Formats: sequence, structure tokens, C-alpha cells
Amino acid sequence: MPEISLVQAINLALARAMADDETVIVLGEDVAAEGGVFRATEGLLDRFGPERILDAPLAEGAIAGLSVGLAAQGFRPVAEIQFTGFIYPAIDQLVNHASRLRTRTRGRLTCPMVLRSPCGGGIRAIEHHSESPEAMFAHVPGLRVVIPSSPARAYGLLLAAIRDPDPVVFLEPTRLYRAAREEVEDDGAALPLDRCFVLREGSDLTLVSWGAMIRETLEAAELLAAEGISAEVVDIATVKPLDTEGLLASVGKTGRCVIVHEAPVTGGVGGEIAARLAERALVSLLAPIERVAGWDTVMPSPRLERYYLPSAARIAAAARRALAYQ
Amino acid sequence: MLVEKSDDKLIAATADGRADLPAVVAKFEIRRSRFLDPAGKPVRALPDFARDRAEMAALYRGMVLARSFDAKAVALQRTGRLGTFPSALGQEAVAVGIAAAMRRDDVLLPSFREHGAQLWRGVTPVELFLFWGGDERGSNFAQAREDFPICVPVGTHVPHAVGVALAIKLRREDRVAVCAFGDGATSKGDVAEALNIAGAWKLPAVFVINNNRWAISVPVAQQTAAETLAQKAIAAGFDGEQVDGNDVVAMREAVARALAKARAGGGPTLIEALSYRLGDHTTADDASRYRSDSEVSPHWAEEPIGRLRRYLVEEESWTKSDEEGLIDEVASLIDRAAEAYLVFPPPAPEAMFDFTYEILPRDLAEQRREALGAAAE
Repeated sequence: MPEISLVQAINLALARAMADDETVIVLGEDVAAEGGVFRATEGLLDRFGPERILDAPLAEGAIAGLSVGLAAQGFRPVAEIQFTGFIYPAIDQLVNHASRLRTRTRGRLTCPMVLRSPCGGGIRAIEHHSESPEAMFAHVPGLRVVIPSSPARAYGLLLAAIRDPDPVVFLEPTRLYRAAREEVEDDGAALPLDRCFVLREGSDLTLVSWGAMIRETLEAAELLAAEGISAEVVDIATVKPLDTEGLLASVGKTGRCVIVHEAPVTGGVGGEIAARLAERALVSLLAPIERVAGWDTVMPSPRLERYYLPSAARIAAAARRALAYQ
Repeated sequence: MLVEKSDDKLIAATADGRADLPAVVAKFEIRRSRFLDPAGKPVRALPDFARDRAEMAALYRGMVLARSFDAKAVALQRTGRLGTFPSALGQEAVAVGIAAAMRRDDVLLPSFREHGAQLWRGVTPVELFLFWGGDERGSNFAQAREDFPICVPVGTHVPHAVGVALAIKLRREDRVAVCAFGDGATSKGDVAEALNIAGAWKLPAVFVINNNRWAISVPVAQQTAAETLAQKAIAAGFDGEQVDGNDVVAMREAVARALAKARAGGGPTLIEALSYRLGDHTTADDASRYRSDSEVSPHWAEEPIGRLRRYLVEEESWTKSDEEGLIDEVASLIDRAAEAYLVFPPPAPEAMFDFTYEILPRDLAEQRREALGAAAE
């Protein structure tokens, strides 16, 4: 089994889905001949031809909108938005149409589409290329929001997203595209879209994160381990719907929780996780829940990026505060 | 439409000693069509379908039905039994002309003033009353299953038509996506983006602008500096034309021509139907705040139903008893629909959960239980 990167796993899942189901259509800007600016769709044009992978004119709102039309007609469009900074014109279509077509027509028309987009910072990109807008989508009823943190999970979650009968926003951490490789079996097996993943077992506290921040979170767990602290690391992966039971199982065991995300802290998904833990796990909590997140600033350009992104040291410090709480 | 791109003729024309003038590289023309004048008199030879009296009577009935539905909907709203409703008074020829030209397996993507087209295509008046009465079941059409529901956010459904047309083209079917929207929608990016892609991909789509001259309070002259809305197609690389939107014969003929072109692989067409909004924008609007009676009243002489009636009386010996028979039939149909709507069983509260996702997430299942518990109390 070959070791592949996260972006190769995305490519593998797209090819697998297209081979398995002829209604799967890939479209977006520069996805065909170019193979996508990150090469996520490389080779698909040669393999599947120009009627299965379409270079769309440069109009993100219409790419999302025409995907709604395709989906209502029985296709499974997988549309790529080149960067999350360009995804905002598509939000009208996601909020007003994709997410509610099933409800509005009482199931007569449905919208099994996937909107993929690279997200997050840390690649020294120019402005508008580094944001983490998952909370905006998580607020929309009718959508699912997925963020993978490893090649294997990217493969299984993307297959699940494409096969899901409802619209899915699939955010791919740009920083992880080529950061690490692992063995991924192209077995066509999907992962569940409503379960979190325990990446490291521990007993003293729970570190909750998703996407690119999983790297710093795992690093923080290593730092803490060197101090004799046993941290459990939970990858949320499906930001919507949240796996409340999975979170409760971990925090119920450890009694302490630090939530880590790259997006700005205010209105972030971390707030929702903290609220659920406060509602359902208060008696298990031994310390206040901590959030280590992006600041409530505009995502800075590359020169200040490292001061914005939560570091392993910041996460470990929050963990130590939680453990020191009496 | 006439398009002349930098061909030899044009280059030659600039080489006649006036070298200081820029070369003309493209020329465009927008044509307008009409068959019946406001008095119902044919102004040119009518299309073939007009030779069939039953067909012309059906067009007339379609418009009378739309207006009758409209009047009932307004009455229900005024008596607190329907939500806000956008009357299509005076624009019946646009909707009926579209639907009459379409095949059953074409796909209609309406905005919110096309009930005349929806009724023609088999959407029932009960379903439409339900929709405007605030019940999603009204968009679960028993007929016209692939047609899109009414679209309230202006122009946002136009990209959907591009997707539907792409689906049709990819499957090599000879169906067409037909999308209607208003003059205000032409100011939106959604419409510009959709027209552009439909042109670039030469999709089987027909776009119809119901230019009723008013986007709530803003007249079309304030909406755009463009002389016509039809010319928005020119920038997208396909044909645009104006049609007398008060002439159902012209509407049907223009849409039929555009559909035939699309089926033959000729790509999209944009039709600007020149109609007039005789009523308020919706029942929540008071148009007297921004336009006077003297602005509106001349347009009553143009309206489509009287126009076709005058034609039928003159050319097809439409009698008083034909007229009364039709009015009675339609009134009784709409009355029965209104009665059925008013006694329609209320929707189940859990329906708002059951159609949010096909597979109900666990946390939403929990909310569903909580909502049902609260509803039971």
C-alpha cells in the first residue's frame, strides 16, 4: 500500500467516486486541464474526460448555484472553490438553496452536492487565502461541514461526503495537503459523517481540535507527556453535525477539556462544543473549559501568521492551567 | 439578432480612406415581435398554432385561470387566510405563453409571478395556495415533479437553470430548462453569471425576463442604463430579443422558437417580455406611494386578456355564452381549490426536522423529541 499525502488522498477519493458512480461530476476553476491549483484533481480529465470534469467560468456563486441545479437533476456535483477567501459568493446559494431544497419541496428535490475548498493558514499565502470559515457553514441548518486532518480520513470522509444525500461543505486544510504521508488503502470505504476520532488516548485531560490544528494539538500532547501528563486528543472532523456523545465520552473520563481551533475564537465552533459540555457534562468537569483559538483579528498576512495560529506551547499552557485548577 | 464580427467586409469598410475611424468589430441588433395589437388585431400573419381555435381558447383559458387564481389569492390574503402574495395582474400572457410553448418534460424554474405557467403545467391551485399560505407541502407538486419551487430571493434561481440545462446536455436529452425572472433580477450578479455560463457552454436553456417595468418601487429606467434588457444576452454570446409581453401569441411563438433552437443544439436564448405590473408588488405593498394612477391607467388598454378576447370575438366567433361558460368553470375550479386549501390538514410539527436531512443527525433527533414534547404540552 503506497504512502500518500492528504491532497493525493483527495484525488484518490475523487477518482474512486467518479469510477464507482457516473453521476459524480467534478467542476470548478482550473480543475480540468490544470488539475487544480493544488493538483487535487490531477489526472481526472485524462481518465474521465471533459464531460465528467469541467472547468467552470470564474464565478463562484454560479458554480455553487449550477451545482444545485445539477444535484436536483440527479447528478452528484463535487465543486471546488479555489480558496475559502473566494467562497463567500457561494454562501447565498448554500444558505438559500442547497441547504433547504429538500425541506422546501418536502423531499421532492434534493441537493447531494459537495463544495470542496482548501482552508486555513500556515502556507505563507497572500491575503484572502488563509481563513477558516467553518463556523459560518456550521450555523446553516441542512448543511454538513467536514474537515479532515489526515490522508486516510480525507479519503474516507470525502467518499462519505460525495455519497451523502445532502449538501456537504468539505474544507481541506491547505497546510496539511503535503505535510505528511500515510498508507491509504483505495478500498472505497467511507467513514461516518457524525463521529469524532480519538487520535491519542489519555486520562488527565481532553484536547479537542480539527483540521490543521490537529498537528499542534498532537505536539502539545507530546510536550505534556514529557511532563507526565496524559492528554487524550479528539479530532472532531465532522464539525456539523457534532458528535456530542463522542465528546462526552472523552471529557466524562478526563474531566478537563481544552478546545483548539484556528478560526477566530468569538462565534467559533469551540463555543458550541463548550456549551454542549457545560450542558451535558458539568458534573464531570474538574476545571473550566479552555479555548485556544485564532484571535478576533483579521487573518494576518504571512509575516504575522505565526503570531496568529495557535502554537503547541499555547495549547500546552492552557492544558497546564486546566490541570492546576483547584 | 445580427452579429458581424471582424470579418473581411467590415475591415474593408474601414479601409475606404477613413483610416482615422476605429474599425467596427461587432454589431448587434435587438428585435421586437408582436402578432396582436392592443385591439386584438393581427399585425402580421399569425403562427401556425393560432389556426387552431381550441389552442387559442386554451391560451385564453390559461390566462383567465391565472387571473382568477390571482384574485382569489388576494382576497384570501385580505381576509387573513393567506400570507403575503405577489399578484401577477396584467402579466398573464408571459406565464401562459412560456408554459404553452414548453413540453411536459421540460423543466420550469419560476420566480414568484409565474403561477399562470405553473397552473398550466399541472401544479394545482391548492398547492399554490398552500405555498402562499406558508406550507412547504405546496412545493411538493404532484405533477411537474422536476420543476423548481417558486424562488423568492430575486434571481438566485437563474444559476439553477444552468445546472439543470447542463444535466440535460450531459445526458444528451432533448429537453430544455426554462427560467423566468423579473426586470429587477437583471441587475444581479447571479443573472449575469448564469447567462454567461449558459452561453459559454451552449446549454439548452431559455431565459425569460418578465419586464413588468417595476422592481417594487424602482422603474426599469433606474435599474439600468441599457436600452433593452434583451441585450444582456449579447454580452453572454447568444441571442436576445424583445417580445410584446401582453400578446400571448407573440410570447408563445417566441418561446417555442427558442425551445426549438435549444433542442436542436443551438444554445440558449434570452427573451425580454415587455409587460406591465398593473397591481402592487405584493399585498404588503402600496404602489400609490411611488407611482400615480396616470402612470398606470394607460397600460390597462394593453393588458393581455382583453386583447385576446377581442381577437377571439372578432376572428373565432367567441360568443357571450363561451365567455360565461369559461368564467363559471374557472371560478368554480378556483373556489373549490380555495375551499380545499382552507380545510387542508395542518402540517405535522416534526416535518421541519424530517426534511432537513435525509439521515437525521443524532443531535437533531434529540431536538425533534424536545420539540414534539413541547408541542404536546
